[in-house]
Amino acid sequence: MLVLQIKPVLAALKRHKAGTLLIGLQIALTLAIVCNALFIIQQRLTHLSRTTGIVESDLLTVGSEWTSASGAAVEPLVHADLQTLRELPGVQDVGVSYGYPLRGGGWNSGVTIKPDAKQPVAVTWRFFADDHVLTVLGAKLIAGRNFRADEIRAMDSHNLAAPAQLIITKALAEKVYPNQSALGKPLYIGGATAPSTIIGIMDHLQGGSASSWSDAISDYVVLEPKLLTDKSNAYLIRTRPGQLGAVANVARDTLFKANRLRIIPNGEGEGGGVRSFAQVREQAYKNDRGMAIIMSAICAVLLIITAAGIVGLTSFWVSQRRRQIGVRRALGATRHDILGYFLTENFLISLAGVLTGIVLALGLSLWLVAHFETRRLPLPFLLIGVALLLLLGQAATLAPALRASRVSPVEATRAA
Amino acid sequence: MFAYYFELGLRSLRRNPALTALMVMAIGFGVAASMITFSVFRAVSGNPIPQKSAQLFTPQLDGWGPQQNLKGEPPDALSYTDAIALMRAHEASRQTLLYAVHVSVMPGGSRSLPVGANGYAVYGDFFPMFEVPFRYGSGWSAADDDGRAAVVVLSEAFNQKMFGDTDSVGREITLNGHDYRIVGVARHWNPQPRFFAAFDNDNFDESSDFYVPFTRALDVQIDTYGRNSCRGNVDFKTRDAWLRSSCVWVMPWVELDSAADASRYKQFLERYAADQQRAGRFGWAPNVRLRDVVQWLEYRKVVPPETRISLLVALGFFVICMVNTIGLLLAKFMRRAGEIGVRRALGAARSEMYKQFLIEAGTVGLAGGVLGLALTALGMLGIGHLFQPQIARLAHLDVSLMAMTLLTAIVATVLAALYPTWRAAHVQPAWQLKSN
Repeated sequence: MLVLQIKPVLAALKRHKAGTLLIGLQIALTLAIVCNALFIIQQRLTHLSRTTGIVESDLLTVGSEWTSASGAAVEPLVHADLQTLRELPGVQDVGVSYGYPLRGGGWNSGVTIKPDAKQPVAVTWRFFADDHVLTVLGAKLIAGRNFRADEIRAMDSHNLAAPAQLIITKALAEKVYPNQSALGKPLYIGGATAPSTIIGIMDHLQGGSASSWSDAISDYVVLEPKLLTDKSNAYLIRTRPGQLGAVANVARDTLFKANRLRIIPNGEGEGGGVRSFAQVREQAYKNDRGMAIIMSAICAVLLIITAAGIVGLTSFWVSQRRRQIGVRRALGATRHDILGYFLTENFLISLAGVLTGIVLALGLSLWLVAHFETRRLPLPFLLIGVALLLLLGQAATLAPALRASRVSPVEATRAA
Repeated sequence: MFAYYFELGLRSLRRNPALTALMVMAIGFGVAASMITFSVFRAVSGNPIPQKSAQLFTPQLDGWGPQQNLKGEPPDALSYTDAIALMRAHEASRQTLLYAVHVSVMPGGSRSLPVGANGYAVYGDFFPMFEVPFRYGSGWSAADDDGRAAVVVLSEAFNQKMFGDTDSVGREITLNGHDYRIVGVARHWNPQPRFFAAFDNDNFDESSDFYVPFTRALDVQIDTYGRNSCRGNVDFKTRDAWLRSSCVWVMPWVELDSAADASRYKQFLERYAADQQRAGRFGWAPNVRLRDVVQWLEYRKVVPPETRISLLVALGFFVICMVNTIGLLLAKFMRRAGEIGVRRALGAARSEMYKQFLIEAGTVGLAGGVLGLALTALGMLGIGHLFQPQIARLAHLDVSLMAMTLLTAIVATVLAALYPTWRAAHVQPAWQLKSN
């Protein structure tokens, strides 16, 4: 039945070249954009759904920089702050660190396993943390131990003697010591001439930035037992369940009351002030989420407009051919035949459209790869796009085609 | 005649409300998506200093060597040693070094809570080179640079915050516990992208608060608040060891008035690098670059990929909307084949048909443009939720964008109407009359 209809459909289409071409072109272009946009959405969502390796609820970050203290004077001030914060009602524990997951920017260095290696084995994030940070964050230690309080050294960022101990992520451990346990082995960090010993391995901890430039090193993190005295550290506060808001409300005032010669900024990244981890995450992924929303909106509106265009043109064709439809009906064609005719017509146009669209979609994808460091469009997205547009075409044709099928055979006798 | 056809156009719009609404929506959405993304793109990809961008250059030198440089490219900033050497050589008509600094200030005197302020450590040439406009006073002199003077230039907004709307030149301000004499207050000046500091990643930040002499900032040990990028052994024991290292953190700029000057300067850079090689500091052949503002921004890829991709997708979206419009206009015009036949038979010239239908299309375009304008305005409100605030802040609906929205909608619709109009104008009157 379908096969029988193809020939007359093709013959009729030849009389509507322009309309056919326009619908086909619209379907082709829509396919090209929609499947690339879907792929962008999927990439962004994958990016967004990476885990940090920490317990993100009930976690507060408070950035603070000293305005007049420097060098050795900073250490007691930080210890006093930690004590003050720990005494706040609702606070479970507090650590201090320069760098934490998704903070926005921070410190990266190359690491090697030999002191004279020319090229680093990997580039890693460096978080300068005290002995509370690991537990406050809720990162899971899968081998070895945490730092002890007496191992934490205060120093400024220009005098970074290699630390005696390091805790690193599993991903980094497997990268630098493949097929063997990294525990107890040496690691040279940031061109240091002295080795540090890997004393602990964390299951996972995400690096300091969600930006795509750092994707390759996102899982490589080193914790160093240090307190940087010349950088703006952040207090990481683990609150009791449900107490996050209450602690966040008083954190700023409490710190200023303890010592007012400080700046608690209200920006992002290095200038981050009082931020719950939910806010940290939201700011880190703002662009990814924005892109996903924009692309989804464009896809949705595009599909609606293409569908509406098909409805419009098909309706026009139906109204143009009322008389012919009447003649066919008078000659014995069933309603079903008429419906089938228009659906077949649309299917053929859509098919030609999606075939052209596949070429365009791949072309667009290659162009994006060449200019934007993205990956090539995977086949499933193309197939989803093709199925989506073929279905859309049929659905959009249905209403006008049903109207056509209701044309009465009497029309044959009327003037056009 | 125009008014009559315009009225006919309006009447025709009302005759087929569904079809008309469809076209107007397609044009409106298409043009709005394009305009919103274009406004962001325009803001981030513009030339921040068009009148001088071809005279301002940033010299780059490879102090890292083939093993550690950026895939053959020298690092994007200079080490302190090389930066100071270029300043001393004084081979350009104007030149400055700069780096980002962050200090604390007490806005309400010593009993208030301190706040942070962001600025740059620069040389006196910075102000005339980059044409910084002044509200009060001026920049400082080369003598102040050499004398490591404790002077400062404030931005208008920062001056307002600290001293109210007054001429503060001659007064003192305490930054990080050190006193500085105010010599100038700059008018609002925030070139976007911030080309001169594009080594750091704050190309779209708010305007900086102050500028202090580079030499003075070093004396009081204000470290860079921007990037500091190191290679090789970075096992420093002291701040001086860091200053002497190959870590790069200083942005250099030179002003060169002609192409001949630029090529002379490049030769000087090569000579300098060759000298360093002979002296044993660089173990490799000279590898230098001299990029002007536009080349530098291009090289640093300051336009975020999101902006470009969004613009492209939006333009593709607009093209599809226009293809859609061609189809719908075709349907709309050809439905009136009978009417056209009658008019032609009664003696209307073909050119009259062109006029009538193109004006009708223009009417549709205008309606689409108005909808597009409303959607663009709406989109501007929501854009802060989608892009990073620094970027979103840059997009705004100004008069030129409004005019462009309407014009694009009308012109695109009239272009889309060319083929349908041609078809309509070539309707055979005899055939239409006969079949009726």
